[in-house]
Amino acid sequence: MRVRAQMAMVMNLDKCIGCSTCSVTCKQTWTNRDGVEYVWFNNVETKPGVGYPTRWEDQARWKGGWKLDSKGRLRLRSGGKIRKLATIFANPDLPSLDDYYEPATYDYDSLVTAPASERMPVARPLSAITGLPMKMETGPNWDDDLGGSALYAAADPNIAAMSERVQLSFEQTFMFHLPRICEHCLNPACVASCPSGAMYKRETDGIVLVDENKCRGWRMCVSACPYKKVYLNHVTAKAEKCTFCFPRIEEGTPTVCAETCVGRLRYIGLVLYNLDAVEEAAGSSGDLVEAARSCLLDPFDETVIAQAKLDGIAEDWIAAAQRSPIWALAMKHQVALPLHPEYRTLPMVWYIPPLSPVLDATAAMGGDNTSADDVFHAVTTMRVPLDYLAQLFTAGDADLVAGVLMKLAAVRSHMRALTTGAPNTTTDRGLEAADLEELYRLLAIAKIADRFVIPAAHREEGAQLASWTSGYPLDGPGSVGMSGPVPVAVPTLARSTRRRP
Amino acid sequence: MTYASIAFGVCPYVAIVVFIVGHVWRWKQDQFGWTSRTSQLMEKRWLMIGSPLFHVGALLAVLGHAMGLLVPAWLTEKLGVSDHVYHLMAVTGGVLAGVLLLSGLAILLLRRFITKARLRVVTRRADIVMYIVLGLTAVLGFTGTLVNVFTAGHDYRSTVAIWFRSVFTLQPDVAAMAASPWYFQAHAVCACAVLAVWPFSRLVHVWSVPLGYLIRPRIVYHTSAE
Repeated sequence: MRVRAQMAMVMNLDKCIGCSTCSVTCKQTWTNRDGVEYVWFNNVETKPGVGYPTRWEDQARWKGGWKLDSKGRLRLRSGGKIRKLATIFANPDLPSLDDYYEPATYDYDSLVTAPASERMPVARPLSAITGLPMKMETGPNWDDDLGGSALYAAADPNIAAMSERVQLSFEQTFMFHLPRICEHCLNPACVASCPSGAMYKRETDGIVLVDENKCRGWRMCVSACPYKKVYLNHVTAKAEKCTFCFPRIEEGTPTVCAETCVGRLRYIGLVLYNLDAVEEAAGSSGDLVEAARSCLLDPFDETVIAQAKLDGIAEDWIAAAQRSPIWALAMKHQVALPLHPEYRTLPMVWYIPPLSPVLDATAAMGGDNTSADDVFHAVTTMRVPLDYLAQLFTAGDADLVAGVLMKLAAVRSHMRALTTGAPNTTTDRGLEAADLEELYRLLAIAKIADRFVIPAAHREEGAQLASWTSGYPLDGPGSVGMSGPVPVAVPTLARSTRRRP
Repeated sequence: MTYASIAFGVCPYVAIVVFIVGHVWRWKQDQFGWTSRTSQLMEKRWLMIGSPLFHVGALLAVLGHAMGLLVPAWLTEKLGVSDHVYHLMAVTGGVLAGVLLLSGLAILLLRRFITKARLRVVTRRADIVMYIVLGLTAVLGFTGTLVNVFTAGHDYRSTVAIWFRSVFTLQPDVAAMAASPWYFQAHAVCACAVLAVWPFSRLVHVWSVPLGYLIRPRIVYHTSAE
């Protein structure tokens, strides 16, 4: 056993209202530059829907993530090292700009320069890439709130994979929002596919980064990431990705997306994991959610604590791992699930599946959605939202999702019973009142200190962290050159001077 | 000095010095700019055809030059390769490499400069200069190959190759090169220009062929102990 720390996130999807504040603040912080106009390290999509980039979940097309080969060995879906080098001149699995969207601005000048006319002048859309007039036909969240659901939701790869037909008429369908960032996987396919060895996972906190000085633009990471969360900067011609806001995390502050989340649905904390268990878990032929959980170590276990200390994890980090909301939600109460565990990357952003589609279904069936019994009934009879959630979070295991949803429903009715004095039936189902109340506190009323348990990086490691991460050209000893790695793209000599429209 | 001594006695050395010094400078100054400058994000369909054609053609062309210029005529004679067989090999390989390279290059140039406005956005001055010198060099070189296909041709092994090897002994045999036809002479000068442009263009990605990928562990970790 080798113990490592991993900074992880949980998102409670029931609370997401799809406001996209996380996307906007992330963009303002990280990708408001030339070359990454089309890039959203954080995006919010409506499910069912095609997502961003369009149909990113269609791995038959994009070949992202891992698979087991005929002998049960773990292999990149896009092929081994030889195939990677053989396709280096042209990567058949790479999405094009149109698979994301062509970013646009408007010809605002025409509003003030237009000559006097009968009609109001119109600001036509201009491409933010070429500056030429363009037709806006798609965007990073074009099917928001099921806009054009018949067209877009039907194209959702998760629906194609379901056994039951989904009714996509507007009245009968269901929807929820899915905010997405880089998963900072334990078994990152992007890292494994990088020919230059420029992508790496930090052993101290598990954050996956690109060394911009080593990246040679072979763009294999972009296609290998099944979540399509590595992007190509077309100005620098290098890869960029979500950094988990490491400069903030290192000083104990939450990521920008989490801090600005209006619904307060994001949780950040440490988990301890067993580095030696990663490969076996990723290559598991059994329950993939269970396999993902099997990598994480109990921070209260004496042997784990002893080994963690041997592996150089500081006491305050172990204490933080014990107070971690991630441990509580993903492991102790098991209400958080990984996104698409079948990609076998062991993603470390976990999701609490939304109960609201089922609550809506309960009400639509004429039931009382505050009654656990009615909701349980709906959970077991309404297969469609359940099967859909199972495609997303449990590799198709609907019972596992149902178990989580029942627990969430139990929290509601238990707390309702406590406050209204109504008869309480939830504890009959083998659920401890103390657990339900703890879940209630964590999910409903948790304060900042409960949602974000982020131990600051140790100062004694500061120099090391800095040497990986802040090789900003002007920081180097008296040079404009590159003295160390730069994970975030910054302007250099090679920067274009292209003007944006 | 005659034009020949400048073109074949001075140019190559200037090019080699710029090539070496330029690379050292670029490597030290601009790791961040050291990339293949892929444009596949902007256009995929034609790149999928043009890029492999061009690259395979270019690799074959390099191999062909190494065989044609570095292997002296007496060695192949000693090995019992007749002139006819040698000529046949050289012409077949040359035509194959040239067709692949030039058709690939034509597709890449058409896509970059004619069909896609997006690609013009990601095209830099260094790219344009590189395309001009590389394209000229390739066309002139292929001219030489074609002339050797359709006519009795010119035995470059007694002129160009002698000069090429003499460059590396620091006693350039300018006269040998000057005795070759104009297209070989122009090809050599253009090739010098390619060398001089190389370190300042995207061609540097050639030195980053990621062979280390084949032997490195699957996941790269950065530890605080490093």
